[in-house]
Amino acid sequence: MAKQVIQLDRVVIRFAGDSGDGMQLTGDRFTSETAWLGNDLLTLPDFPAEIRAPAGTLPGVSSFQLAFADHVITTPGDVPNVLVAMNPAALKANIKDLPRGADLIVNADEFTKRNMEKVGYASNPIEDGSLEMYRVHAIPLTSMTVEALKEFDITKKEAERAKNMFALGLLCWLYHRPTEGTRAFLEKKFGSKPEILAANLKALEAGWSYGETTEDFSIQYEVRPAPMSTGTYRNITGNIALAYGIVAAGQLSGLDVFLGSYPITPASDILHELSKHKNFGVLTFQAEDEIAGATSAIGASYGGALGVTTTSGPGVALKSEAIGLAVALELPLLIVDVQRGGPSTGLPTKTEQSDLLQAMFGRNGESPVPIIAPQSPSDCFHAAIEAARIAVEYRTPVFLLSDGYLANGSEPWQVPDVATLPSIDPNFATGPNHTKDDGTSEFWPYLRDPETLARPWAIPGTAGLEHRIGGLEKADGPGTISYDSENHDRMVRLRQAKVDAVASTIPDLEVDDPNGDAKVLVLGWGSTFGPIGAACQIARRSGIKVAQTHLRHLNPFPKNLGKVMKSYERVIVPEMNLGQLSMLLRAKYLVDTVNFNQVRGLPFKSAELVDVITDVAASLEETK
Amino acid sequence: MSTDAFPALSLVPKSDVELSAKDFKTDQEVRWCPGCGDYAILAAVQGFMPELGLRKENIVFVSGIGCSSRFPFYMDTYGLHSIHGRAPAVATGLAVSRPDLSVWVITGDGDALSIGGNHLIHALRRNVNLKILLFNNRIYGLTKGQYSPTSEQGKITKSTPLGSLDYSFNPVSVALGAEATFVARTIDSDRKHLTEVLRAAAAHEGTALVEIYQNCNIFNDGAWEPLKDSDVREDNIIRLHDGEPIIFGANNDKCVVRDSSGHISVTDLATADPAMIITHDAKAEDPGLAFALSRLDDSRSLTNTPIGVFRDVTRPSYDRMAQEQLAKAVEDRGPGDLQSLLRGSDTWEVS
Ligand SMILES: Cc1ncc(C[n+]2csc(CCOP(=O)(O)OP(=O)(O)O)c2C)c(N)n1
Ligand code: SF4
Ligand SMILES: [Mg+2]
Repeated sequence: MAKQVIQLDRVVIRFAGDSGDGMQLTGDRFTSETAWLGNDLLTLPDFPAEIRAPAGTLPGVSSFQLAFADHVITTPGDVPNVLVAMNPAALKANIKDLPRGADLIVNADEFTKRNMEKVGYASNPIEDGSLEMYRVHAIPLTSMTVEALKEFDITKKEAERAKNMFALGLLCWLYHRPTEGTRAFLEKKFGSKPEILAANLKALEAGWSYGETTEDFSIQYEVRPAPMSTGTYRNITGNIALAYGIVAAGQLSGLDVFLGSYPITPASDILHELSKHKNFGVLTFQAEDEIAGATSAIGASYGGALGVTTTSGPGVALKSEAIGLAVALELPLLIVDVQRGGPSTGLPTKTEQSDLLQAMFGRNGESPVPIIAPQSPSDCFHAAIEAARIAVEYRTPVFLLSDGYLANGSEPWQVPDVATLPSIDPNFATGPNHTKDDGTSEFWPYLRDPETLARPWAIPGTAGLEHRIGGLEKADGPGTISYDSENHDRMVRLRQAKVDAVASTIPDLEVDDPNGDAKVLVLGWGSTFGPIGAACQIARRSGIKVAQTHLRHLNPFPKNLGKVMKSYERVIVPEMNLGQLSMLLRAKYLVDTVNFNQVRGLPFKSAELVDVITDVAASLEETK
Repeated sequence: MSTDAFPALSLVPKSDVELSAKDFKTDQEVRWCPGCGDYAILAAVQGFMPELGLRKENIVFVSGIGCSSRFPFYMDTYGLHSIHGRAPAVATGLAVSRPDLSVWVITGDGDALSIGGNHLIHALRRNVNLKILLFNNRIYGLTKGQYSPTSEQGKITKSTPLGSLDYSFNPVSVALGAEATFVARTIDSDRKHLTEVLRAAAAHEGTALVEIYQNCNIFNDGAWEPLKDSDVREDNIIRLHDGEPIIFGANNDKCVVRDSSGHISVTDLATADPAMIITHDAKAEDPGLAFALSRLDDSRSLTNTPIGVFRDVTRPSYDRMAQEQLAKAVEDRGPGDLQSLLRGSDTWEVS
């Protein structure tokens, strides 16, 4: 039966089910097929902190949202056009986000009295008319899967477990996605269990055929490839891109990489990924705690490696004293903070931007540390290289502030040509650098490069440069212990000046102001880049003049930031915290900002940002 | 002595010239209180270093914070004075990534057993190639005299005017419980014994914990006096020698025996059943005997205090195994190719 095919420019699908239903996998597979088709896409996984909350309950709901389009997109979508709900809990937890008229695919088998009671449905929502405003497709996914697999020699439980493949097959049919990639994936995954493999392949196929034959779906959709510059593409999550950036930084600097890390959500995947790449000279050390993660990396840096430590906010709190030591030692240290909801244990699996001030000031004494934040999942790669560059060339700890959304979100990435990546020069000290009064030469570990103010990095094994350093204040130049008050004042200022000097190597902030006549500027940092960009585009389409700029360097700021801010009448600063960047901006530039803050553990919705932009633009008109 | 005496240091480059203790002295003014036991330890270590036959640029001293932790500043090698309690972790990162270095950790009883207890036990169980010298003066010296985890219960200090309440740690017992492969104890003032123990520690592959009884003459003077006073010390000290029966006393009239229940105790040699006298076995895989010996002394009177090497067993070190994994990865997959890593296996072309 040939069905009607409708072209769409953009689709947002959310797969939702119980933690055990395999929704992340289903979403990942659909993403891969979609990437392969050449759509632009962005994903937003959202899973509970508990590994297996009780089945069928609201805390156990796991979801995966994906937006794909025939044009470049910057957000995983505010609201889904299609919700796949594998049980009543998934429906209950997600229905509030579904707009009127959207498609709703539910697994009708799971709407038993008991399951509905678990989440407080007094009557069956599929039947009681409460879902009237949606296009509901109530499909007995479980029983159809079991029926399709009845000839296989597997248990009923195993057959039921394949229902996510049935759903995936159906969605692939509905949106014209290929299934070859998923077949290959299943073959790899279940290669040693031929019966399970065959059953999963069959379920996938059954889902596809169901779409083709059922009357329930009369329309098929197509989303054409997005125009992208020519090249080789792959899909990548922020954590993997970040891990690759660290591997690349090692290669570009010629340094062995040493990662000292203690597992913590949502940063652990970086440790997992880096531990696979030992043939790049990447040594990963799972330490006894975060303190040892940071201090072991400092030890490795002292020995001439690129010391890296990866964690999330609570881990940064533990590492604070060690980071202060790295500031005093003036040794390279890359600190990756994949931010999550706080304070304390907070929301481990949700995103937030609330560690900016911790990175900036969370240490004793005057302890300046450069801070970099990536703006998209794939940008984590380049941001990691940039952070490593600053760490190595300026002999300083550097913070890389990713977040939970970037970490787990994914997008297509044009694979860079490694020949185009910057090189990083460790410039190890090889000989004495100072002449004594008696004419003999000696090594001064704190004699700075006049331009960068970086000190020489002399590693053990280098004859004649034996020296002792530590956290006690050092004499400017010789680096011996000094309690002299004038010297301390000078050293505090020198360490600050060194970090400030990084600004001379970072590009000026660019502003996207299409006609150059906007009076409102939206200034963001980190993972809010996508939603802010989408919001600005939408606002412009309705005639609002708005400019956008985004900070990658949070410390030091780009040199022209103050000038940029002062050339707009209103500067809106959206942040997933209570105004941390705006506090820094106001303090440094004495420019007021209009703050828009949310800490819901989820990325901004573009629509909310459009409202803010619209209101601010309107208020400007009124004051005229 | 030839450097072959230290096979554990086979990866560390040898010095072309013969070094002397003087070569290991820095021009820094030593700032410990006059009479502090740390001076004697420094002299012993500087005296011993040339024996290793290593290039001094390949030797690193890493310390935490405390009086004892100032030690690296006085050694003309590479040195890192880190933060309180973290020296074993700093040194782990260094030793694991640089197998061509001889890495020594200097720590105190507070540094190693209070704030840094976690790092100490994990370094020990991992068996990283570190030589940890724990200066035990049973007090916090640098912060001017608070009780420490090794202070005897009831200790009156500035922070415990009515006496400390905590039960104390025995560092040797802690180390043995933490899977340490080498554990020894010595005394600051016994230069010869201290040097022997350093030699054994240096020869050991993996982590070596050396507890050094050190006198803080300012805040806890005489803490180890029963082991130092020439009138009584030989009656209090049990000198452990691997493979030899454990007999001690000024007149060699005491011994350590195991009774029929397995319990070990000290008794008069004259009346002891010779079959029950224990022969020390530092190489025993089972740490039971070493642990029992570590419990013999009375922590207050210091009678029956064993010194020497309690345990010295062979296990591959963490750093060696880590380096082997790296080498194997290169052997199996070739040196990493960044471009192909970035490409991955699931790409598509846009033309
Ligand atoms: C994080 C931190 N907490 C506390 C201190 C203060 N402090 C310095 S040394 C020390 C205790 C040292 O005792 P010990 O390790 O026994 O060394 P000793 O001075 O006796 O050689 C303390 C509490 C510090 N430097 N850092
Ligand atoms: S306070 Fe005690 S341990 Fe510290 S230097 Fe003085 S005597 Fe030595
Ligand atoms: Mg002490």
